[in-house]
Amino acid sequence: MSRSESLTMTGIPTGKVGMWWFLASEIPVFGGLIASYVVVRLGSGGWSDASSHLNFSLALANTFVLLTSSLTMVLAFAAVEDRKPKRLQLNLLLTLLLGLTFLMIKGFEYAGEIGHGFTPGAGIFWSFYYGMTGLHALHVLGGIVVNLILLVAALRGTLKPNEHRVELAGLYWHFVDIVWIFLFPLLYLA
Amino acid sequence: MKIFSTDHKTIAKQYLSLGLFWAIVGGLLTHLMRWQLAYPDTEVPGWGFIAPDFYNMVVTMHGTIMVFFVAMPILLAAFGNFLIPLMIGAQDMAFPRLNRLSFWVFALASAVLLASFFVPGGAASAGWTGYPPLSAKAEYTGVNWGLNLWLLALALEFVSFLMGGINFLTTTINLRAPGMTFFRLPLIVWMQITAAVLFMLSVGPLIAGAVMLLMDRVVGTTFYLPEGGGQPLLWQHLFWFFGHPEVYVILLPGLGIVLEIMPVFSRKPIFGYRPIIYSTIAAGMLSFIVWAHHQFLSGMDPRLAMPFSITTIVISVPFALIVFAMIATLWRASISFPTPMLFAIGTLSIFIIGGLTGIFNGSAPVDIYIHDTYFVVAHFHYTLFSATFFAGFAGLYYWFPKMFGHMMNEILGKIHFWLTFIFFNAVFIPMHFVGLGGMMRRIANPMQYDFLQPLQPINVFITVAAIFLLLSQIPFVINFLWSLFRGRVAERNPRQANTLEWTALSPPLHDNFERVPVVYRSPYEYSSPESPEDWLPQDQPPAVAQS
Repeated sequence: MSRSESLTMTGIPTGKVGMWWFLASEIPVFGGLIASYVVVRLGSGGWSDASSHLNFSLALANTFVLLTSSLTMVLAFAAVEDRKPKRLQLNLLLTLLLGLTFLMIKGFEYAGEIGHGFTPGAGIFWSFYYGMTGLHALHVLGGIVVNLILLVAALRGTLKPNEHRVELAGLYWHFVDIVWIFLFPLLYLA
Repeated sequence: MKIFSTDHKTIAKQYLSLGLFWAIVGGLLTHLMRWQLAYPDTEVPGWGFIAPDFYNMVVTMHGTIMVFFVAMPILLAAFGNFLIPLMIGAQDMAFPRLNRLSFWVFALASAVLLASFFVPGGAASAGWTGYPPLSAKAEYTGVNWGLNLWLLALALEFVSFLMGGINFLTTTINLRAPGMTFFRLPLIVWMQITAAVLFMLSVGPLIAGAVMLLMDRVVGTTFYLPEGGGQPLLWQHLFWFFGHPEVYVILLPGLGIVLEIMPVFSRKPIFGYRPIIYSTIAAGMLSFIVWAHHQFLSGMDPRLAMPFSITTIVISVPFALIVFAMIATLWRASISFPTPMLFAIGTLSIFIIGGLTGIFNGSAPVDIYIHDTYFVVAHFHYTLFSATFFAGFAGLYYWFPKMFGHMMNEILGKIHFWLTFIFFNAVFIPMHFVGLGGMMRRIANPMQYDFLQPLQPINVFITVAAIFLLLSQIPFVINFLWSLFRGRVAERNPRQANTLEWTALSPPLHDNFERVPVVYRSPYEYSSPESPEDWLPQDQPPAVAQS
């Protein structure tokens, strides 16, 4: 691995090039889903009524949770640059906990909606709602797993040679955050 | 050779083996299909009676296997993996362990697809395009687990090729040898990375679409079910937004193989190196705005027909340019005709016919009459069979010595080519006529329709030719297996070719090159006045000027 990490014709670290291409391939996944939602919604009525049954305040709180987790992720990266291992561990832990908080609030929302009979089969809005937020939640879960791996490595002190991975994980985490910034108004506000 | 290797050459051979295995499965399925069409409701030799729903499954799995489990692993994964690091002068891929993971995820996808044949209800039978509502509810086709596993296999395959694409692009961007600028890259590398970009940017919406279809089937959502406010047509848009770039994902590496082989056996530089690259990029961009030409009769807004007809005809311009560049490369060259060159010229000639019939399909007024007929089947076999099999065989015969260290037998190779070429045309030229006669795709028994009964002799002819086309592959199988062990030992550069892979040993060492190559020139400097030989390898330094 060190061989390929050290060789780079463009001067951009190889891992970063790979990560950007990965994100480039993720954008069309959510892009396709969001475009489908917009097109189908424009073609039929009754969507705002269904949308009004969503728990707006919980989702707003969740938006702040996720945005804050992006902040702690950046702070973790800054701690790598400043060579502050304790601060790195703390911020990775905070990012992890905020991610889990997001998922718990989301799960609480799901439980409430299903309790009121709004299951995935309750109509086309609910199909999209569960499809879009579900796929996003899976991405959050993936990010949590990555951050957990980084945190364990940081606590054990084995992260040192691979600290650039914090930046790469951060790129992914911000992407997941940005997706939510699109989903929130499209599902809850429109 | 390790099974869980991270060496790009081993992984390429693994993809190749699995792809060839699937080619045998997908090829044998055509035997069942064609027998049923020629002699409906009689026992297929070596199999037995075929019921209509079983026929639907055979059609579905033939398409799925050939596109996703033969063309992609062989053309992209096998050739891309083997050639990209060798041609750019790298030791391996940028992410060797990710590369290994890509292959094993693909192997898992293969296992899932294979398993789907054996679950209750059999494998998927909603067509390789999986249109809902047919595919959205188990009771419509009688297939429940088969179709769920089909979706799972495709999802795993997409994940595998996404990881592969990231690797191809990162490797080409960052791991080129000193002096290997982008405009010194062999054209197949350009084609491979363009294909990777097309795949990565187009497959996302279909991944989303497949998640939606799976949710409809398993969780009870109604994305594609009209009774729940859903839109069956949505799937078609998502599928073809991927599906049309996908045909170029397959085609471009095939054209790349032809473009590598032609200059070598013409002993001439490629005609129009940069215009070919620009055409490839232009075709790649246009491929994102042609998709609805698959849906002229789907019930979408008819006002969309005109713009999609126009973009479809516009996209033929860059491909025509590439075809003319190939012909101009052959023009007044000293051509030799070993097996790889025969298959390369075969690809070109067959692809031209496929490209021309594409203009008929792409024009909405004509397509209304030929949509969903055997004319379309003939058209896409002329494009995809040429890219997958003719170009695939060309590449295999050409790089076999580099892959395995032995030469393949020329006589068997030429027999293979001529039989394949003749019987391919014998199968697919008549298909245009049964299509124009009105025969629909995916019907299990043409004899049920009065107006198709006069066409039945042509169907019998096609079937006989198809069986001979299958038998024509026997010389290849013998040649491949025999040459693997007994073929003449290959030297470093038996083709006297310029590109970097020929400066490595045959087969190359684990880290490819004895020392890091330095590149001084473009890849196609044949018959250059600079050299007494008629070839100038890319790593040959320029002669010191005499002053």
